Amino acid sequence: MALEAIQGQPRPEPEREKMVLIAASGDLDKAWPVLILATTGAAYGMDVTVFFTFWGLGILKRPEAGLTGEDWRQKLLSVFNRGTPQHLQLSKLNFGGLGAKMMRDLADKHKVASVQELLTLAQQMGVKLWPCQMTMDLMGLRREDLIDGLDEPAGAGSAISLMKQAKISLFI
Amino acid sequence: MTADVVVDARGLQCPMPVIKLSQAIMGAEAGQTIELVSTDRGSCSDVPAWVADMGHVLKEQFETDGEFHFVIEKA
Repeated sequence: MALEAIQGQPRPEPEREKMVLIAASGDLDKAWPVLILATTGAAYGMDVTVFFTFWGLGILKRPEAGLTGEDWRQKLLSVFNRGTPQHLQLSKLNFGGLGAKMMRDLADKHKVASVQELLTLAQQMGVKLWPCQMTMDLMGLRREDLIDGLDEPAGAGSAISLMKQAKISLFI
Repeated sequence: MTADVVVDARGLQCPMPVIKLSQAIMGAEAGQTIELVSTDRGSCSDVPAWVADMGHVLKEQFETDGEFHFVIEKA
């Protein structure tokens, strides 16, 4: 399903309510709700930030990133944990990827926007996407291995500072 | 129906009806009416919740032939 490009919503008022989502999982069934809530929060006029950490960082990997990392363990990790919205797997009933494929086919049939579409939509709606710097170092991911349009990599301190002010904070 | 803007969200699932409505309202003038048509049953609770939270006015809500219609006036 192709979503037409939708312009971001300029909201001049300085103090918008904040929403913070911690995307810690690289499972398809977790990435989906993260991005559904992020885009809906933006539709509510909220200032939404998603912090991608640990397995969740894989959601931001560029499809053409291929083998990533310097260390052989990091490279191996990138083979077995490919990331990218197109290759996320289900946390259960995955059956070696067959389950994830069936879920994607069902989503397509029922016109549920894909993770990829929702990620693009989130960016268009002004949702801030923060990659976790520590996870990038741990997994040997460089800025160029991740998609364009992200905010500067950040850490737990930035996430806590933001969550202290946020009306909604969720760890997914 | 005489809405100023019609948003066709038929066939789309959560969260797209609310997202499409929010985008249409952003582009509308205050006082204009927007009609959203959806087939997602979740819209029946999601749309009124969003409209109330955002301070707009839900003028009409009805169902015909399995399609849900919402007429909203932008605040």
